Amino acid sequence: MAQYEQYEHDVVVIGAGGAGLRAAIEAAAAGVSVGLVCKSLLGKAHTVMAEGGIAAAMANVDERDNWKVHFADTMRGGQYINNARMAELHAKEAPDRVRELEAWGALFDRTQDGRILQRNFGGHQYPRLAHVGDRTGLEMIRTLQDHGIHQGLDVHMECTIIALLKEGERVVGAFGYDRERGRFRLFRAKAVVLATGGIGRAFKVTSNSWEYTGDGHTLAYDAGAELMDMEFVQFHPTGMIWPLSVRGILVTEGVRGEGGILFNNDRKRFMFDDIPDLYRAQTTDDPEEGWRYTQGDQDARRPPELLTRDHVARCIVREIREGRGSPHGGVYLDISWIKEKLPNAAEHIQRKLPSMYHQFKQLANIDITKEPMEVGPTTHYVMGGIRVDADTQMSCVPGLFAAGECAAGLHGANRLGGNSLSDLLVFGQRAGEYAARFAQEHDGGKINEEQVEAIAQWALEPFARAESHTDGANAFQLQYALQEHMQDLVGIVRNEKDMASALDLIEQMKKPAANISVMGNREYNPGWHTGLDLHNLLTVAEAVTRSGLFRKESRGAHFREDFPDRDEALGKVNTILRKGPDGEMQVTQETIPDMPDELKQIIEEIR
Amino acid sequence: MATANFRIWRGDAKGGQFADYQTEVAEGMVVLDAAIQIQGEQAPDLAMRWNCKAGKCGSCSAEINGNPRLMCMTRLDQLPLDQPVTIEPMKAFPLIRDLATDVSWNFRAKKKIKKFNPRPPDHEDGTWRMDQQDVDRVQEFRKCIECFLCQDVCHVLREHDLHEEFIGPRLIVYTAALEMHPLDVEQRVGDLKNSQGIGYCNITKCCTKVCPEDITITDNAIIPLKERVVDEFYDPLNWLLRLFKPDDTRTP
Repeated sequence: MAQYEQYEHDVVVIGAGGAGLRAAIEAAAAGVSVGLVCKSLLGKAHTVMAEGGIAAAMANVDERDNWKVHFADTMRGGQYINNARMAELHAKEAPDRVRELEAWGALFDRTQDGRILQRNFGGHQYPRLAHVGDRTGLEMIRTLQDHGIHQGLDVHMECTIIALLKEGERVVGAFGYDRERGRFRLFRAKAVVLATGGIGRAFKVTSNSWEYTGDGHTLAYDAGAELMDMEFVQFHPTGMIWPLSVRGILVTEGVRGEGGILFNNDRKRFMFDDIPDLYRAQTTDDPEEGWRYTQGDQDARRPPELLTRDHVARCIVREIREGRGSPHGGVYLDISWIKEKLPNAAEHIQRKLPSMYHQFKQLANIDITKEPMEVGPTTHYVMGGIRVDADTQMSCVPGLFAAGECAAGLHGANRLGGNSLSDLLVFGQRAGEYAARFAQEHDGGKINEEQVEAIAQWALEPFARAESHTDGANAFQLQYALQEHMQDLVGIVRNEKDMASALDLIEQMKKPAANISVMGNREYNPGWHTGLDLHNLLTVAEAVTRSGLFRKESRGAHFREDFPDRDEALGKVNTILRKGPDGEMQVTQETIPDMPDELKQIIEEIR
Repeated sequence: MATANFRIWRGDAKGGQFADYQTEVAEGMVVLDAAIQIQGEQAPDLAMRWNCKAGKCGSCSAEINGNPRLMCMTRLDQLPLDQPVTIEPMKAFPLIRDLATDVSWNFRAKKKIKKFNPRPPDHEDGTWRMDQQDVDRVQEFRKCIECFLCQDVCHVLREHDLHEEFIGPRLIVYTAALEMHPLDVEQRVGDLKNSQGIGYCNITKCCTKVCPEDITITDNAIIPLKERVVDEFYDPLNWLLRLFKPDDTRTP
């Protein structure tokens, strides 16, 4: 029999970034006992990396802003396959969630009259992002963490969940191991909230850390929940590209929000060459007007650098492919040029973008106040995820909730910058509230010992193989191979042939991935952990690829060179994935629910 | 391609030794790149922490050639590569294995510091107005990424092991951020003096030197708070006044 330590909570939250922490705080406030499980140390989750800000229509800088404009912007950015109810709730509730953060101690930059300052960002019609320089994510996660530790949460740091436990249809707990000793832990729970973030590690060039292996996506999928819109992976247009070792590290959109421009090796601002119809009315073709927009001129239209991320990333790829790239295979992003406009530009840049200044100075020997940066797209975010109810965030598995990046719906085909942090707060809060309610209305379930035994055995097999000298593969090398395939074949520009071969390669990798062997023992052994994560990575890689093959059109972040246009019929459906009876991944489509007239009208009015 | 040699501490609380590795190095690589490469190719069970790889999360703290640094922000071209680069775990915390140490004490100690306690909202919409300059004053402390390198070099913790009596520079910075927060009205100076041992700090400034975020820990956080302790508890006039304030629980 497998040995494990047992814990019991009303609600178990898996993941302690913005969404997980916010969910845990809310559930605890409802009076239930809460366990918060995090893969790393508390406060290190990817939220810490968020730079630009939190989108919320507070109208502190431009009084024309309101939830309706934010809603319309989010839907337009997502190319209308978003869940409209989620976009509505998000736009309405984000301002309160931001003000609540302030009441918990967060300190945002201020307007002249002392209110929270808001900045411009791609796809947002008005300055909308509450921010602290370019380290908003750190401010947010630290505020939630420091508030959360006084709310009676039981925090399980450095603990990885490898399976959800079920009784019949319902979720009744989670099973995992602690990194330090490698001992198994069983969490009994009446409700479980998944807040595990993204899948960036399925790709080679990514802004995501080692943790983002699609754990929540896979846990939910294996437990019978549906995944939705997994073809939509956001490639952030501006990642570092040189030196090679920093490739993929994020360069905030805030650089462009503060007036930064993109140009190619002819010093041409190529973003002016291609402005999509959907945004023509809001975008200027005059550089001078664009500059005025970034400096707060309310009559100016935005510069094309602030178009949505999917579009900017594709324009960058076009420049590189057509031979107009920078020496290391990117394009130039320049904020130093603003010295032509501002007397104290260097100081201004350092104050507005301190961590960018620091990052380039230290890692690339580049002073961004004096010279342009070289940038290129990096895998950043997955719009797709666990399909949830818009109001409660519960999946189709009773008792299983999801919030934040691992949940789907809000962002549709492309997420706007700044909408992620607000997503974490709004739907983290909702998931926490409804998970607590579910826990109050239900008794604890019964743990299936056989299921636990089977998982424990599966998790320990790599050691057994090493002992019996069966030659298993090295988990790290398998992971690198998968990342190469996904980057090459299911990246920014996709086609049928490439994705079909990706699917073959993924299929071929399943066997070696199930047969890795691990050196050393169970104590803090990253080789082992990476091996167990492979199952998740392969699952999400397959999900992205199958969904990508299914959607024979180009929309938002999903661009197919063999189907370069939007398809009206596919614009009315979401892609749904379910695990079939024999473990096979089934792809279907479901019609997007009809939007209430009131919301339709908003979209019509705000063009 | 060029190679470089690394001596990485391998072992646990029971003991261990340096192990030598050779790996390829390229332009712009940082120590963390080399460590990840060694882990991926030669030592898959090498225990270490990292997350953001960009100096923002504070996970990959270690002692590189004897200096407490973030592995992700230490470039190899700033180190002498004609000799092996040594990488060791932080010394002020119990070792788990290899480069991973048990830093959980920092989290437990933080919990004992009185939490943020804002004054009532001063505006009719239920929020506050604040000046940018008041916000700027504390941003330096709020930049902290909790890498715990300052705790690692603090001799009160590192040499004298006074973790139960002294909260260390990181948590004094945290206290400073709360005490100087424009909205906060809580009193923490008594705790700083009594249970949190601010008097142990004798201002050697080692913490300031190693801070990867360039927070002026000693001058801007510790010294001003020490001065407040002196003002509150050792100023004769205040001492007299306190005699007539029986409800003040802060004992000298």
